[in-house]
Amino acid sequence: MSRAVVQSEPLDIARVQDGLRADNPAIGALVSFVGLMRDFNDGDQVSSLFLEHYPGMTEKALDAIIAEAEQRWDLMGVRVIHRVGALKPLDPIVIVVVASAHRGEAFDACEFIIDYLKTRAPFWKKERTGEGERWVDARESDSEAQARWKE
Amino acid sequence: MIQVRYFARLREELNCESESLEQVADIRTLMKQLAARGGKWAEFFAEGELILVSVNHEMADPGVAITDGDEVAFFPPVTGG
Repeated sequence: MSRAVVQSEPLDIARVQDGLRADNPAIGALVSFVGLMRDFNDGDQVSSLFLEHYPGMTEKALDAIIAEAEQRWDLMGVRVIHRVGALKPLDPIVIVVVASAHRGEAFDACEFIIDYLKTRAPFWKKERTGEGERWVDARESDSEAQARWKE
Repeated sequence: MIQVRYFARLREELNCESESLEQVADIRTLMKQLAARGGKWAEFFAEGELILVSVNHEMADPGVAITDGDEVAFFPPVTGG
């Protein structure tokens, strides 16, 4: 199984977590981040979301982010699964799971991966509100979150 | 020839998903050429506008050279996760 997957099917969080730690008793920590679709953004109710991506580049970008995390920390497994297509509030959008011997490395690597994903992986959100459809703008706080890993 | 692709807001507002163009020296030259089309093109490809670009699926800077057969893509800042 590839470490990074882009799919239109719903995410099965437990299955991803169980698959990553299966049969490896050396793993002492499993940290997961799950990004969820909210029903409220920039002051408006959001009824649905469409996620576009750049097939071919997206997988490469995610693989590169994972490889960078593996260089920085001693990890025993990583999975990143991101949804594309139509989503509704409550739906998981992305799951990042990191396994390591101890929790410190897994926590740091998981946060690093989602921070980088948010500024480097070619996904774009378009949301539907009562006013119609609109593209979601990138947030300055996401660039700042990524920048703090640079030292 | 090179393949040029547009994503998200760019694709919609330029009303163009993909096109084949003559090879040019680098990204900066290509952007100037696209801006010269006027209208929305001039707005998106004006100097200083926040637009991301990739060459053959790797993020690139305006100075990156373009070779025949390359796939160049333009898109807005990303909003995944």
